[in-house]
Amino acid sequence: MKIAGLSLAALLLGALSFTAPAAQASSLYQDLGEQRGIELLMEEMLFNIADDRRIRHHFVETDMAHLHQMLSEQICELAGGPCVYSGEEMVESHTGLDISRGDFNALVEALQLAMDDNDIPVGVQNRLLALLAPMHHEIVNL
Amino acid sequence: MRYRSLSAALLLGCSMTIAHAADGGLLATGGVTSIEGSAGGGIVPWAVLGSYAEDDEWGGTVTLSQASVDDFRLSVMGASLNYRNRVEFSLARQTFDLSSIGGELNQNIFGVKYRVAGDLIYGNLPQISAGIQYKENTRFGLPDAVGAQRDSDFDAYLAVSRAWLAGPFDRTWLVNATVRATRANQIGLLGFGGDKSDSHELVAELAAGVFLHRSLAVGMEYRQKPNNLNFADEDDWVSAFVAWFPTKSVSITGAFLDLGDIAGLESQQGYYLSLQAAF
Repeated sequence: MKIAGLSLAALLLGALSFTAPAAQASSLYQDLGEQRGIELLMEEMLFNIADDRRIRHHFVETDMAHLHQMLSEQICELAGGPCVYSGEEMVESHTGLDISRGDFNALVEALQLAMDDNDIPVGVQNRLLALLAPMHHEIVNL
Repeated sequence: MRYRSLSAALLLGCSMTIAHAADGGLLATGGVTSIEGSAGGGIVPWAVLGSYAEDDEWGGTVTLSQASVDDFRLSVMGASLNYRNRVEFSLARQTFDLSSIGGELNQNIFGVKYRVAGDLIYGNLPQISAGIQYKENTRFGLPDAVGAQRDSDFDAYLAVSRAWLAGPFDRTWLVNATVRATRANQIGLLGFGGDKSDSHELVAELAAGVFLHRSLAVGMEYRQKPNNLNFADEDDWVSAFVAWFPTKSVSITGAFLDLGDIAGLESQQGYYLSLQAAF
């Protein structure tokens, strides 16, 4: 009982003691397989999206080659790679598209499946997702 | 009557599974079903709402659980509905077998949980929910005899849950804190209020866990309890759990339980197993 309570306290402390994500950003680019790895990952994700009847209707009029390039640039830059994202601001590119919370999550799942298929380890997956999650309010319900 | 309403809910659940499954939420974000029917961990209600309903979806869950400790066994049938990931309605029927004393106790719990603000994952605010559980003990003879004051009562709680996608060790962590106003004896299985104390008091309930993978979580829960009856001291509860989410339709939870002394029988330890279907 006492020991269990102590372990719980340790778990809580562990969860609360934050490791700085900024310090890891430089190596995330490498962990994702650098530019080539990121391009393959985005390609796989777009295939998953095209297969997902929950969200594929959002992309029927999209230039997929251009989207692929923009996503690859953006992820590369976010992950600390030597790229510069040349696309629109998130709010600008998503306003009026009627993207719901479920749509956003469906895209996250498309990315998760792509990361699984590209053998990206869980920890690296989580670091990338943690970089993307703060964009939620710049994309959803605008 | 009670059985019939639960059966109706179960049937509704099954037919909705076939018709449409809510899947707007990410895996595991609906938590599992607690022994009182509300979404949470095993012994604590969390701020999360059951199922994967998002936006304008309806979702729901049906659950069978069993907790088996040295001298007691608790069986729970539960069902819940979730509208727009905003409000959850839940129903639980508990059967408490007094394995070594003989006999059984029963309780029905009707729950409503409302997501007040925030989100488990996104945005700056953690997910904050408020809930009420109406509990009725339908086998009040024994609770009455040991000093319980009434056979039905309300619990009210406020819960805060938050996940960190890339916490320590680059794993996703979840922390939940719940404050509950209650005067339930052994969560209501031994009635409500007692000869020692007969007013609602605030208790703390905590949970923390880590996802080893997005479909597998391990963690611990702690539940503080009141101590209203003179005939036996009531201890706080602790559990250590493993929850597996192979798909959005099914989850399986196993736990080790340390429930302390119950009704004078010392150091009740054992296991918990719960199977949930979500739709």
